[in-house]
Amino acid sequence: MNIQEMILTLQKHWSDQNCILMQAYDVEKGAGTMSPMTLLRSLGPEPWNVAYVEPSRRPADGRYGQNPNRLYQHHQFQVIMKPSPDNIQELYLDSLKALGIDPLKHDIRFVEDNWENPTLGAAGLGWEVWLDGMEITQFTYFQQIGGLEAKPVAVEITYGIERLASYIQDKENVFDLEWTEGVTVGDIFYQPEYEHSKYTFEESNTDMLFELFTTYEQEAKQTMEKGLVFPAYDYVLKCSHTFNLLDAKGVISVTERTGYISRVRNLAREIAKLYVDERERLGFPMLKEEAKRNDSI
Amino acid sequence: MTVSNVLFEIGLEEMPARFLNDAQKQLETKTKQWLEELRLPYKQVKSYVTPRRLSIVITDLVKKQPDIEEEAKGPAKKIALDNEGNWSKAAIGFSKGQGQSAEDIYFKDVNGTEYAFVTKFIEGKSTTELLPSFKEVITSLTFPKNMRWSNLSIRFVRPIRWIVALNDEEVIPLEIAGVEASNTTFGHRFLGEKIEISDASDYENTLKNQYVIVDPGAREKLILSQIDDLKQKQNWDIIVDQDLLNEVRHLVEYPTVFFGTFSEDFLAIPEEVLITSMKEHQRYFPVRSVNGELLPFFVAVRNGDARFIENVAKGNEKVLKARLSDARFFYEEDQKQTIDANLNKLEKMVFQENLGTIAQKVERVVNISKKIAAHLKVDEQIEKNTIRTAEICKFDLVTNMVNEFTELQGIMGEKYARLFGENENVAKAINEHYMPRHSKDNLPSTTEGAIVSVADKIDTIIGCISVGIIPSGSQDPYALRRQALGILQIINVQKWNITLEDLFNLTLTIHASHNIRTRDEKEIRSDVAAFFKARAAFIMKDTNVEQDVVDAVLTSGIGNFSYAIQKAQLLAAKRQDNAFKEVQEALVRVLNLASKGEDLGVKEELFENEYEKNLYASYKQIIDEYEKAIANHLVQEPLNILGTLSKPIHDFFDHTMVMADDKKLKDNRLSLLNKIAALIHAFADLNKIQWKQQM
Repeated sequence: MNIQEMILTLQKHWSDQNCILMQAYDVEKGAGTMSPMTLLRSLGPEPWNVAYVEPSRRPADGRYGQNPNRLYQHHQFQVIMKPSPDNIQELYLDSLKALGIDPLKHDIRFVEDNWENPTLGAAGLGWEVWLDGMEITQFTYFQQIGGLEAKPVAVEITYGIERLASYIQDKENVFDLEWTEGVTVGDIFYQPEYEHSKYTFEESNTDMLFELFTTYEQEAKQTMEKGLVFPAYDYVLKCSHTFNLLDAKGVISVTERTGYISRVRNLAREIAKLYVDERERLGFPMLKEEAKRNDSI
Repeated sequence: MTVSNVLFEIGLEEMPARFLNDAQKQLETKTKQWLEELRLPYKQVKSYVTPRRLSIVITDLVKKQPDIEEEAKGPAKKIALDNEGNWSKAAIGFSKGQGQSAEDIYFKDVNGTEYAFVTKFIEGKSTTELLPSFKEVITSLTFPKNMRWSNLSIRFVRPIRWIVALNDEEVIPLEIAGVEASNTTFGHRFLGEKIEISDASDYENTLKNQYVIVDPGAREKLILSQIDDLKQKQNWDIIVDQDLLNEVRHLVEYPTVFFGTFSEDFLAIPEEVLITSMKEHQRYFPVRSVNGELLPFFVAVRNGDARFIENVAKGNEKVLKARLSDARFFYEEDQKQTIDANLNKLEKMVFQENLGTIAQKVERVVNISKKIAAHLKVDEQIEKNTIRTAEICKFDLVTNMVNEFTELQGIMGEKYARLFGENENVAKAINEHYMPRHSKDNLPSTTEGAIVSVADKIDTIIGCISVGIIPSGSQDPYALRRQALGILQIINVQKWNITLEDLFNLTLTIHASHNIRTRDEKEIRSDVAAFFKARAAFIMKDTNVEQDVVDAVLTSGIGNFSYAIQKAQLLAAKRQDNAFKEVQEALVRVLNLASKGEDLGVKEELFENEYEKNLYASYKQIIDEYEKAIANHLVQEPLNILGTLSKPIHDFFDHTMVMADDKKLKDNRLSLLNKIAALIHAFADLNKIQWKQQM
C-alpha cells in the first residue's frame, strides 16, 4: 500500500466515524497537535471530531536527506474526537486492519507514554502504540491545553505516516517509500530535505530570526488584545517555528531556552483562554443540544 | 449453601506497567479491610492484575453477616419504675429507643445499683445487600497518575470499559464511571472473545482459555521457563534483569518469548550502549555466550501466542536495527569532536539557576579536588591525574550518546576519554566520579575517582544548601541525601585522613571565591553539619550501632568518619561488656561531676590527700600517649589508656569530697576532673551512652 492509499484509507475510515475531514493548516508547525483544528478546538464544551494530514516541521531533525529515518519535515495523520468515545481503541485498531495490519499476525501494544508539550501548556495521558516493537502512533487523552483543563476530554490519535509506511512497505530508507505509483518520497522530498537542512544549520540569518521572533510575539499580543483569536494564534505558531529554527542552529543557550519556551507558553495560555471566552460569547454554536448549551453558558 | 464465590473484574484500557505491582497489593489489602468492616468471613481473597484488568476472587464468602445480640443499658431501676411499680416514661422511652418494648426490660446489678437493660438483636445482612459497596474499594485505589476521559469527572488510572461483578452466578449491581456490572468479560484483545462467566471460582481457567493469564506470578513463570528453554536450546546466557522482567510481565496478558538477531557489525559499539538500547527502548533481554561475550541476539516477549511469531521477530529486528544505526551514528559523530570542544559547550549548560553552568561547576570541582589532593598529600602523578579528571569529568554530557541515553553519563565519558588518548586512570576516574550511583553501587576504585567524586558531590550539596535547596521529606530533587551517603562511604572505605569539617571548610572557601553563597555562612555551616550528621547516623545504624552510641560519637561533629565508625562499633560492644563496667563507671563519674565546673588550672599545692595527687600524677603520665593514640586514630588504645585511670578515679571519689565548702578546693578538684573529661570527650561523650552491662 503506498502512502497515498494509506492516507485515503485513513480518511475513509475516520470519515465513516463522522470525523470532519480537514486539510493541512497553512502555517508552519512542529506537530499536528499545534494546528488550531486540534489545539484550539479541543478546548471548551463543544463536540469536535476531525481528521487531517499535517506536514510537521522539526528543524532539529533535518539530516540533509542522509539519514534513513529522520526528516526535517514528516507527515502526521491526526484524529481528534471530543468527547473521547468509549470504543476509541477499537476504532483505532480497526483503522490498522483497514491498512492491512492484521493484529493476529503482529504484536500490537499500548505502552504508557504521557505526552507533554510545555510550550503549549498542554499535557495528556495515554500510550505510544507499538507494532512489533515499533512506535507507530501516539494516543493521548488531553487533560490540559494552554493551561486550561480539558473538559470534556478530547482523545488525540497521531499516526506517523512515514513510520507506518516503512513498516507496511517493508522499506528501510524513508526516501525509498512509495508515495504513489512510480513516485517515491525521495522524488518529492529529497531536495527540500537537503536545502532545509542546509538553510537551518548553515545559512539562516540568525539576527533576522531573533528579530522575527520578537516581531511575531508583539503582533500576537497586539492581535489578542483586539480579541482576534485565530490571527493571533497564527503568530504564536510563527513564534514557535522561529524558535525551533534558532534552537536547531544552536544559538539559544540553555538559560535562554527556558525563557523563550515560557514566552511562547504564555501566549498559548492567553489564547486558549481567549478562545474559550470567544466561543462562549458566541454561545458555543457547535453545541447542538440546547439543554447542554444552556448548561455550559 | 451458606457460602458463595465472588468475582470482581474491572476491565480497563491498558494501565501503565509500572503501576501494577502496587495496584495488586492495594486491591488485595483494601478488599480484605472491606470484608472485615462488613464482618463477612471468607476462606480466601486472591487478587489479579493484567494490563487490562484489576480482579478479585473471594472464595467461600459467608452469605450473611452473623447476627449480633447487643445489650443496652438504660435508666436505674428506681427511675424505671414508678411508686406503683409501673414502667415510667423514662423506661418506656428507653426501650422504644432501642426498638423494643417495655416488656423486654430486665434488671441487672451494676456496682451495687440495679439498672434497666434490653437485649438488642441485630440481624446480619445478606451479601446480596452488601456487595455493591465494593465500588468504594475500587474508587479508593490510588495511582501515581490519574486521568479523566470523555465527559466524566471521575479520575482513575485509565478509562474503565467493563465490570464483572458476580456473587456465584448472580450479577452484583454496581456502576462505576457509567459502566454497569455484568457477567460479561473480554478475553485477550486479539486472540480472545467476549464471554460470559458463570463460575467465579473458575476465573483463572476461564480467562486462560481466552488467552489471558490473570496471575502476574504465573505470567512471570511462563516467561522464565520459556527463556530457560531458549537458553538450553541455544546454549546462551540470557541476562534477565528483575526490573525489566517485572515490567514485561505487566505489558502482556499472554506471554510468548521469541528471539531476534542484529548484525554483528553493531558489536563494535560499546556493549553498555547496545544493552541500554535494547532494554530501555525496546524492553528486550540481551544475550551473552556462556563465556560472557555479548551476542548479536535479543530476547523479547510478545503479547500473544506463537502463531506468526516470525513476523513479530522480523519487525522487532527492523526496529532494533534502526535504533542501533542511530546509536552507531552518535558514537561515530561523538568521536569526531574533541574534549575541548565539548567542554566549551558546557558553558551553555545550566547546572542550577543560582549555581551557574556546568562549566562553572567543573571549575569549582577542579579547585575542590586540588585542595583535597593536597590535604591527602597524594603523590604527584595521582595529583596530576586527579586535576585532569576533574577538568574533563563532565565532557560527555554534551555528546549525542549521553543526550540519547542519560544513564550512560560517565560510562561514555570513560570510553571516549580512552579513545581521545587520556590515560587509563583518568578515563576510569571519569566514570567513577559518579559512583556510588545508588545505594548498592560500587565505590570508586581509583584514588583519582574517589577524590573527584567527593569534590563533585560536596560541591553540589553545599551549593544547594547555600542557595536554600534543602531536602525535606520526599523532596530531594538533586539527590543530596544519596550524595552525602556516597561521600561518607568513600571517606570511610578510603580511610582518608580528612575530617568532614575540613571538607566543609575547604569547599566553603572555594564557594566564597566563586561568589555563589546567598545565605549567611553560619547558617549554611550549621545546616550542612546537621545534614551530614543525619547521614552519618544513618550509616552507623546500618551497622547495628544504636542511637545513643551514635550520639556519643558524633557530639562534637563527625570528624574523621572512618575513625568515628570504628569508635562507634567498639563502644557498641563495650556497652554490654562486663569487663568494661568498672572503667565506664569511673569515666562517667568524672563526666558527671566535671560538668559542674570548668578547668581553671590545677594547683598541686591545694591537693589535700594522696588520692588527688595520685590521680593527677596518673593523668600526667598518660596524657602524651593518649593524645598520640587519638591523633593516630587508634580505636582500642585510648580506652585502654583511660582504663589505667579507673582505679585512681574510684580511689579519688572514695576519699575526696569534690564539692568541698572551700571554693578553692572545690575549683581545684573540678579542674582536675575537667582535664580528664576533656580526654574522654576527645574520644566520645560516654555520658550519652545507655550502658547495658549486667550487674
